[in-house]
Amino acid sequence: MLTSFLKAIILTLMQPSLFPEPVPQTYTVSKLTFEIRKLLEDNKMLQDVWVQGEISNLSRPASGHVYFTLKDANASLKCVMWKSSSVRLNLSLHDGMEVEVHGKIGVYEPQGQYQLYADQIRPVGEGALYQEFLRLKSMLEAEGLFDIERKQPIPEFPKRIGIVTSATGAALRDMLDTLRRRLPLVEVILAPSPVQGTEAPPALVRAIQSLDRQEPDVILIARGGGSIEDLWAFNNERVVRAVAASGIPLISGVGHETDFTLCDFAADLRAPTPTAAAELATQITILDLQAELQNYLSRIVASTVSLIVKQKTILSSQTSELRYASPARRIQSETQRVDDLSRRMLSSLFHRVQLQSAHVKGLARRLEALSPLGVLARGYAVVTRKEDGRVVSRIGDASDEMKVRISDGEIEVRRNS
Amino acid sequence: MAKSKSAPKNVNDLSYEEALAELEEIVSTLEDEQSQLEDAIKLFERGQALASRCGVLLAEAELKVKQVTGDELVDFDEEFA
Repeated sequence: MLTSFLKAIILTLMQPSLFPEPVPQTYTVSKLTFEIRKLLEDNKMLQDVWVQGEISNLSRPASGHVYFTLKDANASLKCVMWKSSSVRLNLSLHDGMEVEVHGKIGVYEPQGQYQLYADQIRPVGEGALYQEFLRLKSMLEAEGLFDIERKQPIPEFPKRIGIVTSATGAALRDMLDTLRRRLPLVEVILAPSPVQGTEAPPALVRAIQSLDRQEPDVILIARGGGSIEDLWAFNNERVVRAVAASGIPLISGVGHETDFTLCDFAADLRAPTPTAAAELATQITILDLQAELQNYLSRIVASTVSLIVKQKTILSSQTSELRYASPARRIQSETQRVDDLSRRMLSSLFHRVQLQSAHVKGLARRLEALSPLGVLARGYAVVTRKEDGRVVSRIGDASDEMKVRISDGEIEVRRNS
Repeated sequence: MAKSKSAPKNVNDLSYEEALAELEEIVSTLEDEQSQLEDAIKLFERGQALASRCGVLLAEAELKVKQVTGDELVDFDEEFA
């Protein structure tokens, strides 16, 4: 009974209509799908939309594209993120993660499936944080806290390096390893501080200030990677102001390459990671120092050798000068001079003797002229008294016996009258 | 430059910075080529000693890590970190 009833209905349905109506256009599947796609792609809202949901069915094949489903209690949405966008992701996705995804709705025609073509993914709540970040950034920027003129130069060869980070984090290990490898001469002063959570901002401020008082050559403020909430302490206004106020050159190395915090803007130098911060703080490494030493050593060797060579040249030229100045020549000439002098001396002496003897001869002649003997020779005589030898020059002088001296002898005479 | 120095310190008592600074000075004095040969050779020997002191300090250098709490400095033990 029932079977024949059903048959009747089916037959009726299969009958061509007895009253033909206007035939509706028949679409091919492709055409229809295209129409649906157009409908979705023409909708402005659907082409620039943030969607919140939980990640499930996450798949990351070797192609680099990322596939997942975004769902909430009542619905789910297929999502695709192409490799070009996924390489810029700075958070690691996992199933169950609550996220906000940005993208546009499109249709995957082979499966007749509409889906979200995602280009950005952020943790839930980041939107509000980001607004706060922008507000604070423009406020501090307007105050001039990030001005280039405020930046202090980073010393090339620090002796003491201050570090503000968690005492237990990987960031500290990375930095110490880097410093140990590059410049183990350095003394590190760690000012430990929690780097996330509500206690982090005041602790970071205290750490920066107490390091400032220790006066290291440079300060590193660092933290390993994490979500934007994890890094949030480094966007805290008080922390950013403390960084800007530091009298010591300060390098920030917070998070990963792609993370920018306000501390990065306020620091004198931004490093993409903690390791990079340690590298930027040690521009001169132990290898440079060893090369410098080697250079100095070869320079003192070279200049000493050149000095010795120069001295040798001077010495040999002086030796030949010395030969010219030899005393043998001098002695010869001195001998000659002595000879000469003695000759001159002798001759002048001889001359003087001659002069003197001529003089003496003259005197002798004159003396002779005055001698009474000369007068006697001319016939005069000298009469003296015999008894006392006095000359008798008047009658009164005469005595009885007298001597008469003539030119060739004496005659004794007796007075007659 | 004739620097009137008190007796030079024993090379082994010098810090890296002190030794390097003196070495730099010796290099520039020697390169000036104004010194007497005898002085130059003394400087050269001193320079060599300074360079090897620096080399040893570099080879033996170990990163010193201290921790500041308030204004107090204490050694930081990486093992317990």
